[in-house]
Amino acid sequence: MIQIKNIYKQFSGRVVLDGVSLDVHEGETLAIIGRSGSGKSVLMKHMIGLLSPDAGQVYVDGTDINAISYAELRKIRRNFGVLFQGGALFDSMNSFDNVAFPLRTFTHKTESEIALEVQTCLAMVELPDVGPKVPAELSGGMRKRVALARAIALRPKYILYDEPTSGLDPETSNTIDVLIKGLSDRLTVTSIVVTHDMHSVLSIADRAAFIHDGRIHWVGTIKELHRSQDETLRGFVKANEYYIGDSER
Amino acid sequence: MLLFRYLIYEPLELLGRYGQLLFSAFLTLGDVRSYWKNMIHQMVSIGVDSLPIIALAAGFSGMVTTVQTAYQLTSPLIPKYIIGGIVVPTMILELAAVVTGFILAGRVGARIAAEIGTMRVTEQIDALESMGLNSTGYLIVPRILAGILMFPCLYLVAAFVGIGGGAGVGHLMGVISVSEFMEGARLFFNPFDPVFGVIKSVVFGFTITSISCFVGYRTVGGAEGVGRSTTQAAVYSCVFLLVADLVLAITLL
Repeated sequence: MIQIKNIYKQFSGRVVLDGVSLDVHEGETLAIIGRSGSGKSVLMKHMIGLLSPDAGQVYVDGTDINAISYAELRKIRRNFGVLFQGGALFDSMNSFDNVAFPLRTFTHKTESEIALEVQTCLAMVELPDVGPKVPAELSGGMRKRVALARAIALRPKYILYDEPTSGLDPETSNTIDVLIKGLSDRLTVTSIVVTHDMHSVLSIADRAAFIHDGRIHWVGTIKELHRSQDETLRGFVKANEYYIGDSER
Repeated sequence: MLLFRYLIYEPLELLGRYGQLLFSAFLTLGDVRSYWKNMIHQMVSIGVDSLPIIALAAGFSGMVTTVQTAYQLTSPLIPKYIIGGIVVPTMILELAAVVTGFILAGRVGARIAAEIGTMRVTEQIDALESMGLNSTGYLIVPRILAGILMFPCLYLVAAFVGIGGGAGVGHLMGVISVSEFMEGARLFFNPFDPVFGVIKSVVFGFTITSISCFVGYRTVGGAEGVGRSTTQAAVYSCVFLLVADLVLAITLL
């Protein structure tokens, strides 16, 4: 379980997170939604200690990750798989080596065991044949899927997705959504999806947290999201061309 | 106040961050398994791939030094072997290391800053960190170690090629025979000179690679930021190389 307690963060005098509190429950898929620049990705980076809050605490499985040593933090990070916005695949390696990288670094598996594991991960993201290709040879959607294969290689307990569908066409976005949903079910992981794509939210999330003006303005289940009368939230959802009530008619 | 900020506070802050980054990186020095493959790759990239340009630059430096020394020694009272006695120590003490350093500051320093800077702006460094890896150890240690190991080798190549070039051009121009050139070299040879050159090249190797890693690691602002870091890495490396050169000359000679 991840607990965020009243965190504050500012960059060069600009307040990005202004007292954010949020709980992420075991096994759920939580979507963090909000406008561009609202601090969604900043909040996500606090969950793995890539950023430290100016005030407040972040607990991962009961451990305050900002009160422990760097070595201990690195151990905790091994429970996470992260899909970054652009994929963040290593340019110098082909797809196979990218997926194999965490396995070679953190396990004592033999090369044949690693090859088998990499093939399984690439098959899970429906790209079994891209192993020899370098990131530059892959499309945006394929890059994200290979990055997802890398993120799940160590079978993490938590998977964080930073804008998994941004910059992709609707069909590819849909493929990514299906993959995220499928992986959440098959691997029984806790997923946190940072997005402003309401279509994704409605199709993959169990709960949503709406960040606005540096705070969690609204949090609830997808059913509650449909029924919400909160004007700010409805305004955001409408701007995404998804009138909340539409899907309930 | 502004003067204090630019002349004292900011340089000191940068120095502190540089020290912090290197400390964090070298905490992983014992974890050879995590970086040895990367180190071999860097050794090839920094060392082997730089050999042709280093040999070319050092060869020409040796040739020019010989020609210019001969040009200045016009008195018939000064024996010709003095040319060898001037060119060889100059190459060993200064030119081989400095020419190597300047070329590598541009070639290696800029490349390191561009590589690490690109990894920073495309979140590849965040990806390494999020996996539970010490990114500074993984990226910085192999590059600095490769620099420290390969610079002395390149220095030795530069010194030999420079001396060979100097002796060769003197002979071809009919200014001094190779045997006279080497006789002068032997007469003025001080065993500490090559030791000093090797020490200098180790320091230059560390200076160039560590500064470039530091600059690359702090890159912000996309492609423009990477471009800025690349330039800064080459410029800072050259400036600190000159400073290190003077400090070493004052303290060790």
